[in-house]
Amino acid sequence: MSADVTLEDVRQDAGLEETEEPLDLAPVQRIIESLGETKGMLIPVLQEVQKVYGYVPEEAADMVADLMGIYPSQVFGVLTFYTQFHLTPRGRHIIRACSGTACHVRGGKSVISKLEHMLGIGHGETTEDMFASFEKVACLGACGLAPVIMIDNDAHGQLDAVKTERIMENLREMDMMKRGE
Amino acid sequence: MKILTRNIDRPNPAHIDSYLVNEGYVALPRALNEMKPEEVIDEVKFSRLRGRGGAGFPAGMKWDFASRDRRKPKYIICNADEGEPGTFKDRVLIEKDPHAILEGMAIAGYAVGAEYGFIYIRGEYPVGARILERAIAEAEKRSFLGRNILNSGFNFHIVVHRGAGAYICGEETALIESLEGKRGQSRIRPPFPVNVGYSNLPTVVNNVETLASVAPIILRGGNWYANIGTHECPGTKLYSVSGHVRNPGVYELPMGVTLRELVFEHAGGMRENRTFKAAFPGGASSACLDESELDVRLDFNSLAAVGSMLGSGAVMVLDDTADMVKVAHVLIKFFEHESCGKCTPCREGLFWVRRVLDAILEGRGTEADLDLLLDVCEGIRSTSFCGLGEASINPVVSTIKKFRHEYMAYIRGQSLAESSMEEAS
Ligand SMILES: Cc1cc2nc3c(=O)[nH]c(=O)nc-3n(C[C@H](O)[C@H](O)[C@H](O)COP(=O)(O)O)c2cc1C
Ligand code: SF4
Ligand code: FES
Repeated sequence: MSADVTLEDVRQDAGLEETEEPLDLAPVQRIIESLGETKGMLIPVLQEVQKVYGYVPEEAADMVADLMGIYPSQVFGVLTFYTQFHLTPRGRHIIRACSGTACHVRGGKSVISKLEHMLGIGHGETTEDMFASFEKVACLGACGLAPVIMIDNDAHGQLDAVKTERIMENLREMDMMKRGE
Repeated sequence: MKILTRNIDRPNPAHIDSYLVNEGYVALPRALNEMKPEEVIDEVKFSRLRGRGGAGFPAGMKWDFASRDRRKPKYIICNADEGEPGTFKDRVLIEKDPHAILEGMAIAGYAVGAEYGFIYIRGEYPVGARILERAIAEAEKRSFLGRNILNSGFNFHIVVHRGAGAYICGEETALIESLEGKRGQSRIRPPFPVNVGYSNLPTVVNNVETLASVAPIILRGGNWYANIGTHECPGTKLYSVSGHVRNPGVYELPMGVTLRELVFEHAGGMRENRTFKAAFPGGASSACLDESELDVRLDFNSLAAVGSMLGSGAVMVLDDTADMVKVAHVLIKFFEHESCGKCTPCREGLFWVRRVLDAILEGRGTEADLDLLLDVCEGIRSTSFCGLGEASINPVVSTIKKFRHEYMAYIRGQSLAESSMEEAS
């Protein structure tokens, strides 16, 4: 091994080192400054962190623990308790399909199969192009419109496989347009 | 009779001006200027209003307990977690009449001596959370909330807290843990939140619908309200009707309407060529009713008398296409997933109940499994730490009791597996 090859280089060549740029953690600090560091603000703080990064990166969670004076284990305890927190990167769109009873008995399964088929992924997964993450969730509180899905913040109801296909095609188009800009 | 839904059909119903048109924020100044806090509590006691979150506890009594505790500060928490599967009535109030909730909270705050309120809204309602925040800002601008409300000297501040996805956080002590920034796991009760609540201080937790009923009660008097509905369960109730009816939706009716009237006169009856098979009258955690029970009244006492419960008033209706074993399986999977993991009967018991149901559905079940299920369910019911575990087994137990033949069909390998409900849409 010649002198100008560092251990880092060896690691990188072997694929052992992340080559990605380090995460910009400045937003975490700003969030805590604006929301305050009382312990009761932990969940709102983590929700804002997730909004910034799309998920809660481990470094960000550690920083939250540090700045708020909470053990990292407590922060991870909270992160893993609530289903809406995610520790890995997620798609640009979050697609949640209701698997509750009212949706189930009104054909929810065909909507779910359609989504899984179109996206090519199952529950808790993200498409490779980061277009979307898919989740089957419990009752979304819109059972009058069963079967229901939520795309990001919007609920879509009274669906069947055909309507679902149309909605997903629109979403794909919008996503491509936005990315084209 | 429209009390809770009086405003929802107006144009732009969530806006403060729409609320003001119809006696909005008339009850609050009346309470502040003309009534002592005790008198407000008495009026709510006269109304005999019972909590709409599930347990049906008298609201006036709860407020009384909190007001007698001298420690300060005190808190009012509006429970907008609405997680019980099949329930979507609080959402209607949140999105269409947020000021009714805020006014009820401020009156509750005045009555018990609380200056702070939280609205804990489930994370799946992002639109509702924004509507509430906008409504709070509108109300503050016109001095219906904030410091020195309408020059009365009374301060009341409301903050919206978004849940992060956990059904158990609808349970009041788990909700408080969550508000404090922790995992949402239930606390032992007693002590009750009225004495040891948020930050271990006196706290009233009330459901959205309970709080939205308060301003009309102050305006028209407790006696007026007490004469609506049934004697033990006065007032109107928002019923969330879902499933195989022609017109699913939220219906406001006097408490005590029969299941038959709700389904056939209000929700449009069953779908064409289909017949009524069963209904879960109080959401996923209630025992189901069958056809012979269509004339049961949907109120706390009448449903308890037949071994079920009103819960949040989520009426899930099923027709002859429904496969009761699969329905029970879907429901138990929900509770298994939502078990907070704190106590063994619920955490482990629900896992095993689900496993036995898996086996039955896959044709590997035996008749003895049904007794095993009932036995395990009784263990869960009687030894769970909180209401989640306790009530979670109701759908399984009641479907085994009332639709045993459907379980037996799977066990004998004669289930009409293919004709199951997935096809019904
Ligand atoms: C597992 C579980 C979930 C609950 N979920 C809710 C809920 O989503 N909304 C609600 O208002 N009450 C819910 N409750 C009832 C609350 O614990 C509490 O009784 C209620 O908020 C009190 O308000 P009320 O007196 O106005 O009904 C739940 C209870 C249990 C055991
Ligand atoms: S009964 Fe279930 S939800 Fe309640 S404390 Fe026990 S494990 Fe948690
Ligand atoms: S069951 Fe799907 S929204 Fe309620």
